[in-house]
Amino acid sequence: MKRLLKASLIPLGLSAFVVLMWVLVKDVTIDVLEPTGKTAIEQRNLLYFTLGLSALVVIPVFGMLGMFAYKYREGRGADYKPEVDGNYTLEAIWWGIPIVIIGVLGVITWQSTHSLDPYKPIASDKPPIEVQVVALQWKWLFIYPEYDIATVNELPLPVDRPVHFSLAADAPMSGFWIPSLGSQIYSMNGMNSQLNLMPEKTGEYKGYNTNINGEGYSKMTFTADVMSEVDFTSWTIAAPGEATDNNLNMDLATYNILAQPSLMAKPQTYQLAEKDLYDTIMAKYMGHGHSSSSSKTDDTEGMNHGTMNHGGTH
Amino acid sequence: MDWSWLTGRLSADYLPQDPVTIGAAVGMPLAILAVLVAITYFKKWGYIWNEWVTTLDAKKIGIMYMGIALLMLARGGADALMLRAQTALEPLGIELFDTQTFQEVFTAHGSIMIFFVAMGAMFGLINIALPLLLGTRDVAYPFLNSVSFWLFFAGMVIINSSLVFGGFSNGGWLGYPPLTGLEYNPGPGVDYWIWALQISGIGSLLSGINFTVTILKHRAPGMTLMKMPIFAWSVLVAMVLVMLAFPVLTATLGMLALDRVAGMHFFTSDGGGNPMMYINLIWAWGHPEVYILILPAFGIFSEVVATFARKRLFGYATMVAALIGIMFLSFVVWQHHFFTMGAGANVNAFFGIMTMIIAIPTGVKLFNWIFTMYKGSIRFTAPMIWFMCFAVTFTIGGVSGVLMAVPALDFQVHNTMFLVAHFHNVIIGGVVFGYFAGIYYWWPKVFGFTLHDGIGKLAAYAWQVGFVLAFIPLYILGLMGAVRRLDSYDDPTWQPLFIVSGIGVGVIALGFALMVIGMAYSVWKRKELADTTGDPWDGRTLEWSVPSPAPFYNFAITPRVSHRDEWWERKKAGLKVPTRSDYKDIELPKNSALGVYIAVAAGLIGIGFIWHIWWLAIVALIAVVVFVIKRTFDDDTEYTISADTLYKLDKEARA
Repeated sequence: MKRLLKASLIPLGLSAFVVLMWVLVKDVTIDVLEPTGKTAIEQRNLLYFTLGLSALVVIPVFGMLGMFAYKYREGRGADYKPEVDGNYTLEAIWWGIPIVIIGVLGVITWQSTHSLDPYKPIASDKPPIEVQVVALQWKWLFIYPEYDIATVNELPLPVDRPVHFSLAADAPMSGFWIPSLGSQIYSMNGMNSQLNLMPEKTGEYKGYNTNINGEGYSKMTFTADVMSEVDFTSWTIAAPGEATDNNLNMDLATYNILAQPSLMAKPQTYQLAEKDLYDTIMAKYMGHGHSSSSSKTDDTEGMNHGTMNHGGTH
Repeated sequence: MDWSWLTGRLSADYLPQDPVTIGAAVGMPLAILAVLVAITYFKKWGYIWNEWVTTLDAKKIGIMYMGIALLMLARGGADALMLRAQTALEPLGIELFDTQTFQEVFTAHGSIMIFFVAMGAMFGLINIALPLLLGTRDVAYPFLNSVSFWLFFAGMVIINSSLVFGGFSNGGWLGYPPLTGLEYNPGPGVDYWIWALQISGIGSLLSGINFTVTILKHRAPGMTLMKMPIFAWSVLVAMVLVMLAFPVLTATLGMLALDRVAGMHFFTSDGGGNPMMYINLIWAWGHPEVYILILPAFGIFSEVVATFARKRLFGYATMVAALIGIMFLSFVVWQHHFFTMGAGANVNAFFGIMTMIIAIPTGVKLFNWIFTMYKGSIRFTAPMIWFMCFAVTFTIGGVSGVLMAVPALDFQVHNTMFLVAHFHNVIIGGVVFGYFAGIYYWWPKVFGFTLHDGIGKLAAYAWQVGFVLAFIPLYILGLMGAVRRLDSYDDPTWQPLFIVSGIGVGVIALGFALMVIGMAYSVWKRKELADTTGDPWDGRTLEWSVPSPAPFYNFAITPRVSHRDEWWERKKAGLKVPTRSDYKDIELPKNSALGVYIAVAAGLIGIGFIWHIWWLAIVALIAVVVFVIKRTFDDDTEYTISADTLYKLDKEARA
């Protein structure tokens, strides 16, 4: 009776914990599980599928563990066979089952890694909008080259239209991530990282830096403001003029001040005065009189994201 | 006259500034001073020097490793408590640390837990148990063993002295440049991190060589490789990994150090350097490292389950195959730590699939343990409870690991609290629980009395409950967007989960306290808990054939082995009392202080580099070379115990 009471502590405690967790999260948005972007939705589905597949191994393991622990405990007088030390059939089964499951998951991994490759453009009848992202200590600079706009810590985007990000850093390696929309990617000095996303629902979504880059790391967040196509268009038309009226022009001098280590109290919008700002920032990490490094971006990009990737799959 | 060459860049500017650090910086030297005074007062210097500091006895070196590991677990655990207290309370405006200190503390937490807790406990248990399991008197190179330990000790001193003077790295436990490069981090903090790891890492490499040779050349006669206890197999595989992986760490840290002190450009963003190379290299060591830690834990569980189920280990040959499979696979998965760096889909998919494949041999091992329990007669002692907690926790960690191995999923959880939860899930649930099982299991063999079983089980339950409370909320937080290493956040919906997590760490601390209390209580009650037979668990392997505590010569008579479970089979066949003619003269290594001297000099090289005191680094380097040469010319390193003496000693020990 005492033993049964003790054993029932485990399910009771677990249930209490599950209830506690549920109470704490029931009114809270779990960004990765409640996605609003095309990539993030597919990733969420993949997450559930993989979890389900894993359960095929985990449930029997836990079941057997609990059952054997209970049944074969000392003094219960169950069948005791101290000399048994192997069984080829059984061992073949537990090599076999994980091999099959990992085989299935391997195929899915291969396919999903290619279909959800952040470098792969997202198919749509609308053309992607181009956003250049620069990670600074400790703020995010977003450049809209098509609209002559630069923003800091605020990322207005139109709904249902693919976005192509080019990412670099003028700071230690940082990570760009909007969990509601999908995939994160590192932004680095002199590396032109790529990311494709497509928001499918209007709203404001939090964006984060995922890689520590100094003291202001925790506060290096931004907001992705996903709006209707109409709202976005009127913003692109109005924003440069308004910024110029307020003397907010992103030229090299303004940029150099912005690039100093600091925190940004609130988001800011600028008129993009220096058209080649992104390329200029990239170039900072490529010269320095080393003959081999002039072609560094092309080389490293080729090495890291080889043509075989895009050639082989589509 | 300019005297700055004498003291390098030492200056009062590097004294600690924030209150928590000042407290630690004052408290730590005072505590050390108190210990030193106590030793002097009780006139124990001779005892400590002769019996411990200069010892070449693997068991004593093992005990010293364990002592340091437990001490560092307290330090790293206190760090963890404060970190989680900060994230639980920060939204209320209560900040324990400023950001800089917070970042130094989590860097110290990770570095200390891996290098000085996990590695220390691993080498400690190997030193204590391996020679006994192999039926041998000592490791292959007893002096090298002492050098390894004292290098580990020197690294530990360096990492902790950063607290008092100069501050620590803020770059995370693997210190990615360019953040840890000269441009963004000119101070001594990163150098402290580099040299603490560098010096203890070289000690680890030497240990790897030592134990590999011990296993290959020093097994008892008759013990073929396939008759070795599975723990010895797990150590062999882990030590091969040490020999292959640690040189990579040494080279990588060496290049980072050159970038910092010699103006080189291995890992800078300009001048032709490439920080991505560092990330590849550090993980080419870092991934095998986690298997180096977990495989001996697997080995411990294999011994524990067979012993307490009173049954032969199920699927021995498969276990060996699984270990060797994991050994090879652990070197072809490193890129999964940075899927998000922008490699092509083919590269990411390859490393993702390789990672999942490791789940197969690991899963097989779990099935084998479960079927060792099948038709056994299981005693649920403390080590067995640690195994049950491991089996559940590690499996959950395995599932989250498989999730993260799918690159497309990793893009949504990488560098978040989900990742933090995952690796604590496998390291606490696997490595730590495994070593704890080993502590409870082998404690009577080195100390002569068992640990109080009831308190031990209570500690295990507290660790398990604390683990769930501390880390399951972190999984959810990661999915909510909480990235790792946050000292503050502005989303109020995260706070309740951070509070639960903080309470969980508190429960884990309670578990640790229970372990310490249990040890103290057992020392107090050592008469009642005495192990008079040398075989308290009705064991299966050779360490249980000698009296407890194991004599300094391990085996009076070198055992001849004909079975995997040699001791179990001997007990079944009926034990024979040895006669005088069975005893032969044996040789044992003499004590040596040179191991300590070498480590002190090595530590001073580190100090020289950290503070740019170049004359010190050069003199200390020359000293290391001189000490090593001195040892090589020392022919008188062993002493003999005659068969008569041994016969008498053994008779007394068995009485």
